[in-house]
Amino acid sequence: MKQTIAEKILSNHANKYLRAGEVAICNVDYCFGQDGTSSLIIENFNKLGIDKVSDSSKFTMFIDHSAPSPNIGVSSIHKLMREFAKKHSVKLYDVGCGICHQLMIESGAIASGDLVLGADSHTCTYGALNIFSTGVGSTDLAITLASGKNWLKVPETIKIIITGKLPVGVYSKDVILHIIRNITSQGANYMALEFYGDTVKRLSLSDRFTMANMSVEMGAKCGIFEADKKVLAWLKEHSKKKPNPIIADENAIYADVKEYDVSTLTPQVAMPHEVDNVVSAEEILGIQIDEAFIGTCTNGRLEDLEIAANILKNNKIHPNVKLVIGPASREVFLKAVKKGLIDIFVEAGGVVVAPGCGPCVGTHNGVLADGENAISTANRNFKGRMGNPNANIYLASPATVAASAINGKITDPRTFARRLK
Amino acid sequence: MMKNIAHRLLKVQNNVNTDYIISGRYKFRVRDPHELAKHVFEDIEESFYKRVKKGDFLVSGENFGCGSSREQAPLALKATGLRAVVAKSFARIFYRNALNLGLYLLECNTNYIDDGNELELDLDKNILKNKSKGLNIPLKPIPLLAKKILSEGGMVEYFKKYGGLKVET
Repeated sequence: MKQTIAEKILSNHANKYLRAGEVAICNVDYCFGQDGTSSLIIENFNKLGIDKVSDSSKFTMFIDHSAPSPNIGVSSIHKLMREFAKKHSVKLYDVGCGICHQLMIESGAIASGDLVLGADSHTCTYGALNIFSTGVGSTDLAITLASGKNWLKVPETIKIIITGKLPVGVYSKDVILHIIRNITSQGANYMALEFYGDTVKRLSLSDRFTMANMSVEMGAKCGIFEADKKVLAWLKEHSKKKPNPIIADENAIYADVKEYDVSTLTPQVAMPHEVDNVVSAEEILGIQIDEAFIGTCTNGRLEDLEIAANILKNNKIHPNVKLVIGPASREVFLKAVKKGLIDIFVEAGGVVVAPGCGPCVGTHNGVLADGENAISTANRNFKGRMGNPNANIYLASPATVAASAINGKITDPRTFARRLK
Repeated sequence: MMKNIAHRLLKVQNNVNTDYIISGRYKFRVRDPHELAKHVFEDIEESFYKRVKKGDFLVSGENFGCGSSREQAPLALKATGLRAVVAKSFARIFYRNALNLGLYLLECNTNYIDDGNELELDLDKNILKNKSKGLNIPLKPIPLLAKKILSEGGMVEYFKKYGGLKVET
């Protein structure tokens, strides 16, 4: 019937046939807020004059952005969230559990074919599980909390086909940075992305989460992958829900089709202060760095920590560098402990912070000084993002960040070739 | 009648992100919109709020409001007294958030508007008058649902009035 994945998932949730451009009220399978957005969710929910949340089993709150709390203002927001959760019998993931997006995919509450709204822009991460998931604001979330629904405009879709074997030292983070450079930070505004190609098929789920996560950096509403064997196996292990895999029709209509051959791609770095300001690491070797951060919903998973640990093992970070490690969740943290990765980070001179957003949002855990440069595995390098508008943020893969931490300057991770898989 | 003025940011015209609008430093601990308003654009232009008076317009380029889902961004802008943001295009989540709060977003060719120009909005004719230049700038039509939500003053008011969600397209 000529539909894209986004058109199909929204049709299923509106109980009517939808095409791009139409507006419909959709039933929402799951929604959530975090500690940066929940105070306004609660405030707006209370204004609606409704006593009960529509379904307390389909809503969760996460304390992850500033956790544990760095100041009194944040503490009072956390307290407000705990009180609301208790009153409405809603599940709350408190300090130390981890980042909302990692916990959403570990929680087992969502599966292929679902429609998920989160009051956080990187909600698009679960597109890797063949889910239409997108970020909204607090009022939108309050409306869904009250009604179980929201209105959505059906997006057009850009089809992205990625082919070629990734060279050693080049990862899905480099692929998505390369794509963002090409599409630009607004090139997919209001649109859905669908990811295909032999490269994508070979990528692990962890790699795919990184790419889906950064779809929003091109303005996209969501970035969706097919539910292949890897996705279904992953869901079988993690989710209690039965997946409803959605594929696009062969004659679906796309706004654009983009093809990328990544067989000769090099490690990529997004330079200050825009995510699409991307260059090959080779072009900026030697820029001095003061802080290196490995973590976040983009690259804070076990595989990411393993890649970094392989490079850092029996090495010391440069004396001018502060290395911060932020595991994406408690589960990731525990696995990293058991695998000996945390030993490696600490012995190398790094600091491990509580599972959560860490220094990415600039509220704690490594705020930069004036003129300092950070290299980070996060998804945003906006001016002021890490807490200081007079500092610079470079974005790269865990391998590039780890290699740079050792040398104290931006480094091509391929110089550690023997440590790369 | 008071004149309504166009304000352009001095340093950044395109891709003005939500971190610029209101830094994460404040959004995570300040809950009073009027207190937030004092920190609007602080990282790129200090004391921006001081030059805004009620009913004024903020004028920008492409992709205004990109970045995070923080609703504190349109909330803080509205609390400065701005009636509308005028830009060539808006980022998706910011667009929904502004609409939900009753802050008007007007899409048009903003090349015809300079900092300090006097503007007048005519929603019936769907034009923005640049009185300083004697120009009528056509606006991209506001979708029907958006108009309804805006006319109620935001989504909360709309939801209360109609007892839930109702979409007319």
